[in-house]
Amino acid sequence: MRFLMKRNYYEDIRLFKYRSTFFWYAGLLALCCFLPILVDDYVISQLTFICIYSIAGVGLMILTGYTGQISLGHSAFFAIGAYTSAIITIQGGHFMLALPAAGILSGLVGIVIGLPALRLSGLYLAIATMGFAFIVEEILLRWETVTRGSLGITLEILSISSFTFNTESRFYYLALIILILTIILARNILRSPTGRALIAIRDSEVASQAIGVSLPRYKTLAFAISAFFTGIGGCLYAHKVTFINPESFTIIVSIELLAIVIIGGLGSLHGAVYGAIFVIFLPQLIIMTKDYMPTFFREQTGLEPALYGLMIMLFILFEPMGIYGRWLKIKFYFEMFPLYKKDTFRRERKFYKAERR
Amino acid sequence: MSLLNEILQAVLYGIATGCIYGLVALGFVLIYKATEVVNFAQGEMMVLGAFIAYTLITFLGLPYWAALLLATFSLGIFGLLLERIVLRSLIGEPVFSVVMLTIGLGIFLRSLVSMIPGWGTETHGIKTPFADKAVRYGELLLSWEYLAIILLTVVLIIIISCFFRFTKIGVAMRATAQNQLAAVYMGISVTRVFSYTWTISAALGGFAGILLSPITFVHMNMGFIGLRALPAAVLGGFESIPGAIVGGIVIGVTESLAGVYLPVGLKDIAAYIILIFVLIIRPEGLFGIKEKKKV
Repeated sequence: MRFLMKRNYYEDIRLFKYRSTFFWYAGLLALCCFLPILVDDYVISQLTFICIYSIAGVGLMILTGYTGQISLGHSAFFAIGAYTSAIITIQGGHFMLALPAAGILSGLVGIVIGLPALRLSGLYLAIATMGFAFIVEEILLRWETVTRGSLGITLEILSISSFTFNTESRFYYLALIILILTIILARNILRSPTGRALIAIRDSEVASQAIGVSLPRYKTLAFAISAFFTGIGGCLYAHKVTFINPESFTIIVSIELLAIVIIGGLGSLHGAVYGAIFVIFLPQLIIMTKDYMPTFFREQTGLEPALYGLMIMLFILFEPMGIYGRWLKIKFYFEMFPLYKKDTFRRERKFYKAERR
Repeated sequence: MSLLNEILQAVLYGIATGCIYGLVALGFVLIYKATEVVNFAQGEMMVLGAFIAYTLITFLGLPYWAALLLATFSLGIFGLLLERIVLRSLIGEPVFSVVMLTIGLGIFLRSLVSMIPGWGTETHGIKTPFADKAVRYGELLLSWEYLAIILLTVVLIIIISCFFRFTKIGVAMRATAQNQLAAVYMGISVTRVFSYTWTISAALGGFAGILLSPITFVHMNMGFIGLRALPAAVLGGFESIPGAIVGGIVIGVTESLAGVYLPVGLKDIAAYIILIFVLIIRPEGLFGIKEKKKV
């Protein structure tokens, strides 16, 4: 175990806690860059989806993991990002314009949703945001002059000026770069006074108000930031699949995003990436293990969602801190060896009436 | 048909649908009052109830009423087991854990239904004693299927109200809903109350599913109607039993009227638009009590 001596407050909020961490991240980055040489196109395509879902996951993580506000409406922000970018590029707009526009428009809608959400928390917020997601889905379906309704929008292969992203690895690099930028931006937001205010709100609304954090301001801001990142993710998603219609953005997407942050581990940006890896690779894993299953199960179309639902349940029952939490526990075990106590990570439970609204 | 009759007709059908919403919302409310958890898999209880009744009627040849009782009863047992095996260990965990768990449970159950031979992904019909009959009053027309929903809901509400008022366990459940700690001090087994709550709520869901099945038919996605009952529960204040029913009926009538007089598509989201307005204007709902936040 290492002990750090901190000589000023800025050392507490450094981007990299230890110098060695920096080299590990650099190594990971190098590995990510060389992956297209090592694996085939199909895997690269899946990796691209991981990057896209990670970006959206980082967005929801800021809201749910760091500000403590649950949202079942992020499919709407994802959809708004996707449609904004699709409509701009199809009108001949530049991608470099469409990408920020997708994020900013989602962010603005996020502010609009954030305002009524100020008065709600917990369950009510979950229900309200779910309602919002249904409303946006219906608008996409009915506002046919703009969204073409259920026919959907078919996009051309993305190109920036004369450079087209016509191979899997080219789009992978684009998604990877945006993911890295997203994480750096999110990391910097989170260590700034804004981010620390958000974390304070998560830990105790009353206490944070008492030290001068304006709840309306920061909760709306959290919604806006979160929607911004999710919109960027949606924009990339639209260009990756090149065809979008309202059916691609049902409540299932919200559930997937929420699964990403909860299975990945609430309250860490690592968690968003781990969760995305889990959610994207789980169907692959199920397909791979299909050969070893009895014929009855192999032929079922419902097998995949069943296992998906089961995995979500098992994770929440047995590893509520998610994949990142499990990693921390393993690391802690070896750091403290042989002094590890079993109850170190046991959570306190509340049996009395919780705060309702 | 005159305009007034047309409106009345829409309102009648709305009330019938609203009763279903109300029953499902009641399931939400009971669980929320006791355990502060919302069961997002409540719609799947409807699906299970409808499918069990379908099996009993079609394959075992039971009469409708026996199937109704038996399916509701078996759903109650299912709710009991569910609480014991899955949800008990989550008491006191944060909201999003439980929300996510019940969503996962819903996905799991729905896919499980599609795997069972004979159930599958197809749509099934259910034989009822009130098919193809209707009551006529002047120009108004109400088919027996809808009338049965309204009447059975009323009967069920009376039974439930008596249960909460006159039985010992019903009073214990009300006490637990008011204050868990005080209930424990008075010698009430709160865990047992939780079990019974889940039992009743699952049975209610199943009952609603069976009532609904002559109208929408039995298929694996009828559980999505459960999500439309959530606005009903919120409108009623999420804490009150009459509130849930009234909320359900308001949502049902609004949807029915929106289906007739408003542009296509608004019918499906009318419930959520009401929901968002209620949450902005009066978050404690029609029948809710505003609680002060304590530090």
